[in-house]
Amino acid sequence: MSFLAVEDLVVRHGLLQAVRGVTFGVERGETLALVGANGAGKTTLLRAIAGAHQPAAGRVLLGDADLTNVPSHKRVGMGIALVPEGRKLFVRMSVEENLLLGRTAGRPGDWSVDKVLEMFPNLKPRRHAKTGHLSGGEQQATAIGRALMSNPDVLLLDEVSLGLSPAIVERVYDALQGLIASGTTIILVEQDLSRALSVSDKVICMLEGRIALAADSKSVSRDDVTKAYFGLHRQKAEPA
Amino acid sequence: MSPVSPVIERGTAISRIAAIAVAVIIALLAIAPQALSAGAIDRMTALFIYVILAAMWNALAGFGGLVSVGQQVFFGLGAYLAIRLADAGLNPFLALFASGIIVGLVSWPLSLVMLRLRNGEFAIGMWVIAALTHLLVNLDRLVQGETGTSLISLNVYDAGTRRVTIYWLALASMSALLAILFGLLRGSTGAAIRAIRDNEDAAASVGVRVTGTKRLLFVLAAFGIGIAGALWLATSITFQPKTYFNVQWTAYMIFMVLVGGIGTFEGAILGAVVFFLIETWFGGTGVWYLVGLGAIAVLFSLFLPRGLWGTIEERFGLRLLPVGYRVTFPGNTPANDGTAPSLEGTTQLQEKA
Amino acid sequence: MSNQIIQGILLGGYYALIACGLSFMFSVMRIINLAHGSLAVLAAYALWFLALRLHVSPFVGLLVVLPLMAAIGWALQRFLLERSARGGALLPILTTFGLAIVIDNMLFEQFGANTRSLAPYIGSLSYDSWEWPGSIYVGKLAVIMFATAVVLLGGLQLFLSRTGLGRAIRATSEDPDTSGLVGVDARRANAVAAAIAMVTVGLAGAFLGMRATFDPYAGAPQLLFAFEAAVIGGAGSLWGTLIGGIVLALAQTLGAQVHPQGFLIGGHAVFLIVLFVRLSMAGLSLRSLLKPPSRSAP
Repeated sequence: MSFLAVEDLVVRHGLLQAVRGVTFGVERGETLALVGANGAGKTTLLRAIAGAHQPAAGRVLLGDADLTNVPSHKRVGMGIALVPEGRKLFVRMSVEENLLLGRTAGRPGDWSVDKVLEMFPNLKPRRHAKTGHLSGGEQQATAIGRALMSNPDVLLLDEVSLGLSPAIVERVYDALQGLIASGTTIILVEQDLSRALSVSDKVICMLEGRIALAADSKSVSRDDVTKAYFGLHRQKAEPA
Repeated sequence: MSPVSPVIERGTAISRIAAIAVAVIIALLAIAPQALSAGAIDRMTALFIYVILAAMWNALAGFGGLVSVGQQVFFGLGAYLAIRLADAGLNPFLALFASGIIVGLVSWPLSLVMLRLRNGEFAIGMWVIAALTHLLVNLDRLVQGETGTSLISLNVYDAGTRRVTIYWLALASMSALLAILFGLLRGSTGAAIRAIRDNEDAAASVGVRVTGTKRLLFVLAAFGIGIAGALWLATSITFQPKTYFNVQWTAYMIFMVLVGGIGTFEGAILGAVVFFLIETWFGGTGVWYLVGLGAIAVLFSLFLPRGLWGTIEERFGLRLLPVGYRVTFPGNTPANDGTAPSLEGTTQLQEKA
Repeated sequence: MSNQIIQGILLGGYYALIACGLSFMFSVMRIINLAHGSLAVLAAYALWFLALRLHVSPFVGLLVVLPLMAAIGWALQRFLLERSARGGALLPILTTFGLAIVIDNMLFEQFGANTRSLAPYIGSLSYDSWEWPGSIYVGKLAVIMFATAVVLLGGLQLFLSRTGLGRAIRATSEDPDTSGLVGVDARRANAVAAAIAMVTVGLAGAFLGMRATFDPYAGAPQLLFAFEAAVIGGAGSLWGTLIGGIVLALAQTLGAQVHPQGFLIGGHAVFLIVLFVRLSMAGLSLRSLLKPPSRSAP
């Protein structure tokens, strides 16, 4: 049984089915990349794992625990942390305060404000600045740091490179490499296919709320992923 | 038009029957004083005033999204200005309506400031206006502070004539105000009003004149409640500022509309009737009656926020006096812009104003 | 005249006390609690009842009443506000207004129409005064009230900025959904905030009873004072409420000088003037007078 498992998950936004019966598992220490076109349901899936959306059907399991009806703040305490799309920082609070908020759930672990600032040295001089005044890269670093402060077993990253300059993205991913090496389980949504494949162990490509392709990142051909991305995968399979 | 196009209509048989029923009811009420005792005539007059209050508060809150807890300002002002005008020599019956018109006119500049407040701030802001107006009216020598005064000139009419005249005036005012509101809701303004009720920001983004429409409702509500205050004065003759500027009037309005069904035309009327009956049966229990009203209002806001009529409408799709449009997708009934249809379907189209 | 100004400033402390709970609740939950004044009067009655029946000094009585108010605040949020806030921004106004009517009339039913005061139960404190240079006499109670307001506002400020719970409350007020995702229990944070707000209401009620008289329907004017002070001072910081309270009290003092009925008129008038000036300065866009909660990241 997987460390984190999603079973037949269905999530609706009103009448719209954003996630339509998704099943997969992630082992401890693994990195899973979720790819797919806009609107494929990646963000909704990630948010449902974090507890921000209540699923209409299906289950989310962490180890032996069924998280399906656990509210989001308790999931943080159980070791799941989300770096949301668009960062969602508390803009009227300082970097340090945002980081300290990550502590609320009170999970024991190594992460501290100082350790986050060491990981992202560019934040050091901005420690007491309101996050509303930060640059995009600094905001993203704060958002990742805030999630790490809860000492998560599973880190969910939603488009952390969105809107950042290539140099900054490079820096963020350097920092993530360190996390991956330290054994944190990671599920990340990433638009940049090559980056997603290079950083992950497994890749899942979503299409219209379903899994179009699930494969090993190192062995899958880029071509197959691209086809799944555009929905060609399925069409090719049918005549065969 | 191809047979698959939707049919847009405003109602069907039941609402046409309802329209006829409304006309019959008004006609019956008009001749009712011949059969009613003096006390019953007074009670019916009170009911008409309650209907006005409920309909006007509903116009403001239910359709304009403006919850005010200071509407007693217009009630008190309507009564006060009637006293003032009658004191200046105007016929007392004329004074009642002149007063309502002045209240409406005064509410216009007031709306320029108040409509820029939102939600709770508007609600209490209006209460401050009411408190201040109350204090200022107290300063008038004619009113003699909280001692109050009377609409003395009404005493020249004999009691029977006065009672029936006020009854008819109240009935006419109620019918006219309801007709104005109904007309507004069915006209092009009505589409704007419903759009604002459903989603203010979206309405603004498609070009609905949000502030202008709200202002119209604000002034209409002020005018109607001003008339109600003046009519109340006519029935009770005496004017004590404390009584007329009492927040209790707004509490009654809120109760009636919450119970009847906020944002539905019929709901406010139903709420007024329910309130009238509760008052008739339990009004004598004094304070517990008020506790009960407050508690019922809380319970409705928590568990039945659509009120009685809203719930009925939702469950049975019933709409007696339709102000919206009904869209159906079969192909038999021709579209009409009818006077009174019914069994409204689920979809109401919002048209741009 | 300078004597009156000082009295006015000290009275401003009372208004800051009654206003800070209102604006605190608004800034966290975006709800204006129309039962705010009635709850303050309820606390005053509770203290009065304890003093009358059990001969408990109102200051000691606070040890019972303030926890009780905190419990009321918690329950208010959990059972009333949380539910009605789900129905949109307008419903909580109606719910809390209904609650105010229930409280006012229950108090009337229990204690009758007579005006009450806590003054007889606090000994000489109700009339003792200190002489300040320039032969200015300031009431001890008024000074205590003002000092309480300053300590309370400062304490609240510290609590919000320095403690985890305070940060959780601020995070919830900015963005309840995201605060859940970082591990904050938003429901709990709101309930704690409501409990704290009601403790300040309890304190305000105590001082209302000590410095003046109250009756079952005294809640409405207290709500208006609280709202006016909060709006006048409304720049956003808690200290704004203190400024707002002082301005309101000074305007009332000035009004009373002009005309015997002028006390309340002066207060309402300055509120409307400030309102008008702020609306004209902000242009058409301004829709929120109290601390405007910014939810979106830039």
